[in-house]
Amino acid sequence: MEKQNLYSITALFDTPDEIIRAVETVQKEGYTKYDVNTPYPVHGMDTKMKLPPSKLGYFALALGLSGAAGALFFMWWSLSKDYPLVIGGKPFFALPAFIPVTFEVTVLMASVGTVLTMLLLYFRLPNLSHPLHDTDYMRSVSNDKFGISIEAEDSLFDSERVNKLFERLGAKKIGEVCFDEEEINKKPKIFDGKFIIFLIFTAIIISGASYFTFNKLLYMSPYNWMMEQEKITPQSHSKFFSDGFGMRNPVPGTVARGSMPYLFKGLPDLAGQKLVNPLIPDEKILAIGKKKFDTYCSPCHGYFAKGDARLNGQFPNPPSLHSDKVRNWSDGRIFAVMTEGQNIMPSYAQQLTPDERWEVILYVRALQRAVNAKEDDLK
Amino acid sequence: MSDTNFTLDYQRKEIPTKARNAGLIFTGLGLIIVVVSYIINPERTAYNSIIGSSFLLSIGLLSLFLIALEYIAGAIWSVVFRRITEFLSALIFIVPVFALPFLLNIHSVFNWTHAETVAKDAILIHKSPYLNTTFFFIRFAAVFIIWWLFYFVLTGNSKKQDSTFNQTLTKRNASFGAVFMPIFAITITIASIDWLMSLEPKWFSTIFGVYFFSGSLLAAIAATTFAAVRLDENNLFGIKIKGDHYYSLGALLFAFTNFWGYIAFSQFMLIWYANLPEETFWFISRWEGNWKFITLGLIVFRFIVPYILILSQPSKKDPKRLKLAAIWILFTHYYDIYWLVMPNYSRSGIAFSWYELGYPLLCLGVMILTFTFKAKNTNLLPVGDPKLKQSIDFHL
Repeated sequence: MEKQNLYSITALFDTPDEIIRAVETVQKEGYTKYDVNTPYPVHGMDTKMKLPPSKLGYFALALGLSGAAGALFFMWWSLSKDYPLVIGGKPFFALPAFIPVTFEVTVLMASVGTVLTMLLLYFRLPNLSHPLHDTDYMRSVSNDKFGISIEAEDSLFDSERVNKLFERLGAKKIGEVCFDEEEINKKPKIFDGKFIIFLIFTAIIISGASYFTFNKLLYMSPYNWMMEQEKITPQSHSKFFSDGFGMRNPVPGTVARGSMPYLFKGLPDLAGQKLVNPLIPDEKILAIGKKKFDTYCSPCHGYFAKGDARLNGQFPNPPSLHSDKVRNWSDGRIFAVMTEGQNIMPSYAQQLTPDERWEVILYVRALQRAVNAKEDDLK
Repeated sequence: MSDTNFTLDYQRKEIPTKARNAGLIFTGLGLIIVVVSYIINPERTAYNSIIGSSFLLSIGLLSLFLIALEYIAGAIWSVVFRRITEFLSALIFIVPVFALPFLLNIHSVFNWTHAETVAKDAILIHKSPYLNTTFFFIRFAAVFIIWWLFYFVLTGNSKKQDSTFNQTLTKRNASFGAVFMPIFAITITIASIDWLMSLEPKWFSTIFGVYFFSGSLLAAIAATTFAAVRLDENNLFGIKIKGDHYYSLGALLFAFTNFWGYIAFSQFMLIWYANLPEETFWFISRWEGNWKFITLGLIVFRFIVPYILILSQPSKKDPKRLKLAAIWILFTHYYDIYWLVMPNYSRSGIAFSWYELGYPLLCLGVMILTFTFKAKNTNLLPVGDPKLKQSIDFHL
């Protein structure tokens, strides 16, 4: 009759050769539920124990593939389906740009997922202990002995037979390992009330501390560093002015240095009549005009202002600037379009100073002249 | 550490004449095609000779690299395979002969040799201190002399050890190997820039040398693997090669398949992202017409297929699977260099006919012949190496 709480019978050997011979015999006798513990990996043990190859690789493969698919799907959905964004003039679904991210997510999912799978399936995670832990047997085999343990659950198990087998193999020490109280009840420590309360406490403390750090502490002196400064920022209150506003209007009738007010807002035709190009074209001015035109105008208008956009249909192409309409426009009329925008074209007043706008206009004139040359240009 | 009293009961076995005959047939066929195609169309043969000689250089030079690497790293598992890499590295003596067609037709292959073209082009004038015919031939000669010198030192010491059992030779080779490494890095970069990148003299990619290195190392490991499996299958080694040895070779093949993919993609992505016309045109010319299929094929054949073929652990230990993967990788390396070179010859579309068959056959034949010739009077195992016993008993 076996003991009720017997887990296994163990035997200790002195050399790796002995343990390999012991494994061979145990395997031959037909035991299946046994394990070997050695202080270091003994070569050839897997084949002697007839262990099947690990299945962990399949989990890694499946998790890696799901990581790749998930990353690609999410980038497709977020960048080209739900909220399409033009980035660097690339297509919405820019596969080469997505590959590094896909690769990273694949590796992350495969490695983290494999570790978690190993913990759950092989270490049976909710169980934090193993019957062999914290026994004299384990202390010996993690030091200088080679041990084998045949479990009581094995269908061929019989303590007398196992003891005799070990004696015949010349085991230096034979012992028994029993389940302790917790392991018999099969109630894993992880669901212990105290442990769960500990987890909840930890969660509250960590989230409270991070909330305090990021929302309160960083705004206190001296941690606010450069966030608080002795100056009036946009929208802020001012004690200095009687109305309390930090932002001021310019004094009536004044103009800021280096700026010229645009007087024809909403009146492009009037601008066409009144505004005169102050610049006289020369090589230098045309060179600046070409640089600015190629930078700001050519993506939509094309390098030669023919309306051949490089945007692959992400926006409607603008009409050619070589039409009779544009050629007959005065410089001031074109200036009005560049300053205020027209139809889908936005204002370029932020990107181009008034002088630069006039320079671009002169360059556009040169382009128009090149396409529609007059008779006497050819002489 | 090592057992100095250990002497292997080694009996050298002759490689069957069947192998030599196969080599002779391939070489003969290849030579006939190359000579005939050279008479009919020297320019096309010159382009093919760049492919053929780059391929042969890959295997020869990178085998020399593997020898040096083994000595420096003190690797144990690979000692049993070292003679294979030593035999294959002798191929660097045949590469200049392979290169003759393009050396003789340097004007029809390299655009930068035309003085009138260079004179008109500011970029080419700027590059002319490096890219000129005289300096090209000086570099060509210099790199080969350097490689040959290291070949004689490294393999000579190894062979001397067979009879003298002198352990200091291993140490000496480790020092020479360490000297070889930086020189190797510079010379292979020079060779890849001169032979392959300068076909498109205005194009540049700072990663190109690494690209050629990654593919070449893969080819050299594949050739070693193939030879190892064949020798083991016919019991010519004198020892039995274990699954763990094969696993190491398979793991290297797998690792460098990934490395090649990484480098090739890095080169492409940086150029694609920056979108500078002076860089992108090289890829555009490989994406126009039916070259597109060759480019897509490169991704599938060179990366995806070998990746799947040797992904799992059992497949890395299976000699049959490894042999298949090795042949496949050698084929894809040739395909890779074809992809690098041929779009410069025929921009309009794929150029493939009997002209292109000469050099692959010649490469195959010459590899077999060199191997059998070297194996005739050298042991297949470095019997004097102090690490040999450990290597034979190698466990992962």
